[in-house]
Amino acid sequence: MNISPAETLAAAVRGERLALARSLTLYENGELGVEEISALAQPASEFPVIGITGAPGVGKSCLIDHIVQAWSSSGHHVAVIAVDPTSPITGGALLGDRLRMSTADSADNVYFRSIATRRHGGSVPTVVKGMLAILRAAGWNRCIVETVGAGQGEIRVAAVAERIVLLEAPGRGDGVQAEKAGLVELADLIVVNKADLDGAEKTADEIRQALEVATIPTPAIILTSAITGEGIDEMLDSIESLEFNPRTASARTRECLRAMWDEKLLAHPDFDDLLVEVVAGNLSVEAALDKLTEIDEG
Amino acid sequence: MSTPLRIVIAKPGLDGHDRGAKVVARALRDAGHEVIYTGLRRTPEQIVRIVLDEDAGFLGLSSLSGAHAHLFPRTCELLVEAGLGNVVVFGGGIIPAPDHHELYSAGVRAIFGPGTTSSEISGFLEQANHRLGQDELVGCGGDSDWHWTGE
Repeated sequence: MNISPAETLAAAVRGERLALARSLTLYENGELGVEEISALAQPASEFPVIGITGAPGVGKSCLIDHIVQAWSSSGHHVAVIAVDPTSPITGGALLGDRLRMSTADSADNVYFRSIATRRHGGSVPTVVKGMLAILRAAGWNRCIVETVGAGQGEIRVAAVAERIVLLEAPGRGDGVQAEKAGLVELADLIVVNKADLDGAEKTADEIRQALEVATIPTPAIILTSAITGEGIDEMLDSIESLEFNPRTASARTRECLRAMWDEKLLAHPDFDDLLVEVVAGNLSVEAALDKLTEIDEG
Repeated sequence: MSTPLRIVIAKPGLDGHDRGAKVVARALRDAGHEVIYTGLRRTPEQIVRIVLDEDAGFLGLSSLSGAHAHLFPRTCELLVEAGLGNVVVFGGGIIPAPDHHELYSAGVRAIFGPGTTSSEISGFLEQANHRLGQDELVGCGGDSDWHWTGE
């Protein structure tokens, strides 16, 4: 009955679904290491991991359902990792992304996994990166990451996904919102969803105008409606050919480093104890940080 | 922080009453667990697929339609067939007392009716998890004859 994590991982790569589910948990819980994951053979040419991000309620789950339907019916093995937030107070989470995705529960070539952010900051925990490596090694050739509802300055998705699709929807502020820096600059495609509602065209125009003044190449903007199906084919075509944008390379790498640094800080054996000390007023935040970042000379 | 339990809360069959399922999902979230809610009108096959892919250790089935006597045992049966006999199954909703025994025999470990407190459900999960830790087979396919009786 007792199978080692390494054996479970090997069974996952052989295509056993139960072992795959278990392996993802083992990695998420730290019982499988980064070394074991990086030793996995990755398929040579791989479709980029698509990150779908945007503010809460813009329609990420519903649009992903359309993408999953299209890809799975053309024979791809489609995996989705959907992230929802962990309560910073209780540590619990309500993971409700799959209830909007009708395709997720039936097709054999669709794998859907809900995860919580747990202790990590940002819209995507970096553990997703290793989970994606497991999925790819197990033959899931099209992978999607759905972030926690996020916008503006929240760019952690850049550390995990290879292409970023940013979702917008009408009625979320005036034109100046579109002028602001942040996530919008890292997007490889911008989708204005809920095109069936008033103001969608205006929202798209405002984003278009904001991007127009840029001197650098800007992403395409597509209007979609997850309800009527408008623009979905155009969006799918566009995702099929998203190029890597070299201009974002250093921002992505920076985000990757920051994510790994966060992880290291949270994994520090004294982290929880120091937290208690700071809360009790026995230690300043600065002093706690000094202790956490002390380099072990031994 | 310990690793949270992963719990699927599911609505099997043609039943649109989800208030109870949502309240339980929320209560378990507040108790520090990771709760995956399936949404309405799932088939036993879909529920098993969800439990499998999500690698959940616990499954809560909610039914207020009267079809529990078919849907709960069917779900347990399919779980066992899928190699998921170690998953702990509990039920809730409008489930008349005369039906309880049959559900327990099918592998359901607890039945919670109206008026159940969230701390009782937490108590059950703790107890079941503790028994699993002692290698007692309290999953839906396990041979233990234990079921939750209140304490």
